[in-house]
Amino acid sequence: MLKGILITLFATVVILIFAKSLYDEGEQNIKLEELKQKYSLRKTPSVDHSRLSELKKNFRTPQDVTEACNSCHTERHKEIMSSSHWNWERVSYVEGRGIRYSGKRNVINNYCIGASSNELACASCHIGFGMTNDEFDFKNARNVDCMVCHDNSEEYIKASALAGYPDRTVNLTKVAQSVGLPNKSNCGACHFYSGGGNNVKHGDLEEALFDCNRDVDVHMASNGMDMVCTDCHTADKHQMLGKLYSVSSENINRSSCEQCHTNTPHQDRIINLHNAKVTCQACHIPIYAKVNATKMEWYWSEAGDLKNSEPYFIEDSMGNHSYLSIKGRFVWKKNVKPDYIWFNGTADHYIIGDTIKTEPLILNPLYGSYEDKDSKLYPVKIHIGDQIYDTKYKMLIQPKLFSVEKGDSGFWGDFNWKLACEAGMRIVGLPFSGEYGFVKTEMYWPVNHMVSPKEQAVTCNECHTRNNGRLVNVTGFYLPSRDKNNFVDILGILAIVFSILGVIAHGGIRTYLAIKNKRININF
Amino acid sequence: MKKVLIYKRFERFWHWSQATLIIFLGITGFEVHGSLEIFGFEKAVLYHRIAAYLLIALIMFAIFWHITTGEWRQYIPSFKNLRAQIQYYTKGIFKNEPHPTKKTTLSKLNPLQALTYLMFKVVLIPLVVITGLLYMYHRTIDDNNVVVVSDIDLELIAVLHTLGAFLLIAFLIVHVYMTTTGTTPTSNIKAMLTGYEELEEEEKNDE
Repeated sequence: MLKGILITLFATVVILIFAKSLYDEGEQNIKLEELKQKYSLRKTPSVDHSRLSELKKNFRTPQDVTEACNSCHTERHKEIMSSSHWNWERVSYVEGRGIRYSGKRNVINNYCIGASSNELACASCHIGFGMTNDEFDFKNARNVDCMVCHDNSEEYIKASALAGYPDRTVNLTKVAQSVGLPNKSNCGACHFYSGGGNNVKHGDLEEALFDCNRDVDVHMASNGMDMVCTDCHTADKHQMLGKLYSVSSENINRSSCEQCHTNTPHQDRIINLHNAKVTCQACHIPIYAKVNATKMEWYWSEAGDLKNSEPYFIEDSMGNHSYLSIKGRFVWKKNVKPDYIWFNGTADHYIIGDTIKTEPLILNPLYGSYEDKDSKLYPVKIHIGDQIYDTKYKMLIQPKLFSVEKGDSGFWGDFNWKLACEAGMRIVGLPFSGEYGFVKTEMYWPVNHMVSPKEQAVTCNECHTRNNGRLVNVTGFYLPSRDKNNFVDILGILAIVFSILGVIAHGGIRTYLAIKNKRININF
Repeated sequence: MKKVLIYKRFERFWHWSQATLIIFLGITGFEVHGSLEIFGFEKAVLYHRIAAYLLIALIMFAIFWHITTGEWRQYIPSFKNLRAQIQYYTKGIFKNEPHPTKKTTLSKLNPLQALTYLMFKVVLIPLVVITGLLYMYHRTIDDNNVVVVSDIDLELIAVLHTLGAFLLIAFLIVHVYMTTTGTTPTSNIKAMLTGYEELEEEEKNDE
């Protein structure tokens, strides 16, 4: 009776445990379906700007367009003028520095170094007109460029070195009449080409995203959800959600996967729990630079080599410049597996004038550690290279690179480092000793885009593996399957070996004596 | 000699399902540990968890059975014949001497067995079960953002769990070998399969 009850009960428990594990696998992912439904709905504009009399005129200057915009949207320019897109800096708290302003105006990057003294060219990615030098009037509302973000006609482009003014061929009236919410091309015009060409800087943001398939990016795919940048990087009063850690420092106002997907997007509980320490991006962006290569290394020290006194270039197998006299030597890579680091959303930056304390000099140290409860594993692109610095004053030099004509100290015209350094440092107001060298530099770029379809996500055993897993360089914590305690493993193996040997010896002696004493008869 | 029911039906069911689960847990566990590659890490973890819950369920039933039937008394250690039993395994067995203790339904474990199985039940199994549960529930934050188990270092838990697993394998090897030391080399295994074993008749004046 008791036995019967026990066995029946146990069988019930067994069935329940199996049923539970089967049920978990079969459930539909309703959260995801709801999101797909939400983002399938297209926004329809409530105003047709081509019918507004205010815009039915010939605009002579781009500033006239801005005034026309402001005549109806009377306060919007104020929002713009308090944004980092306009100011190229924001105020933030940084550990060890306190409250300070930082941004494109004063930090140094690992590509074209910095905008200072090169504004004429760099301003082609500023949302304003007339930034010819560091004396740009950030208070003049007429210089706000509404069109660069809101043109829906694909007509508007900025001239390459005209201080942020549009190209002279642009039909301003047509552009003014076809404004609307920003689409991919508005954001991409700058963000896909930063660093001097397509995909140079980010690796995960490039022109392929204008028209890609789901394998490249599940969100932006033309044959998929076809989302635009501003679906995730939403804006409130022109303050965009999301920030880039080449210039940002604080863990605020960030755009994240969780803002839509929540922090429990999977049906598998164990995978959901990983989110406490692992970002979505770490598994769902197995590789970046999927279509076109990105710059991984940039050596300024080799710039300036000339052939017959003329600058030249060399191309690599993918057709990218591997050498440019004006910029130095590069290494490009495609389909890159990211590196992984602990990151808590706070960062520091090398600010013009800082003393170089380490080599390689990390231009934007991203803070975080396993012990820090706010830190998670992030995929990053690590860009390495070298940069010119003052060997006496131990600080990076902001050289003057661009100038309209030769003989104006710009390195890209004159190929004279000393003149370029003198001119650049004079403009940023720092001393230059006249002695320069090159220091190794690194820069960290969190990889957040080019999310792959779930079938291509990083699998468990790409990290949970003994050798050469993706996290081989991320140490300081116990990762099952990768890590073991050598002492216990050796002890355990010895215990097994001695058990086997003991059993063989004991059994062997028993058998031998049994045969010898004729307790076992063996007939050969 | 007469045939006696020495292992009851539940006991045999418990023994063999526990053996299967422990071997399966060993295989999947050492895959999670990184020593084997059979199911793939993800499936190994899943199977290991299911098998772990089954083993825990089985152990609960076994504890209940031991208490209700009074069979737990079999494991009370007795040091009376312990020395004799050790001497038997290290000397007597080679000379074909008789077992120093008699197997009966009331006392089916010899003193060395009783002590070994007691250690197995109160040290080894609790070690792997407790570290296993801590391992399974070790996390910084659960679904509701509540910190659960994170004060104990995962490495310590994992290392103790692995140690337990190694000891279980060593136990298994010796345990399987020791089954051959019965009346005949296969009589013990047969008994655990069928429940019956031929035992010497208890003499009346024994008591």
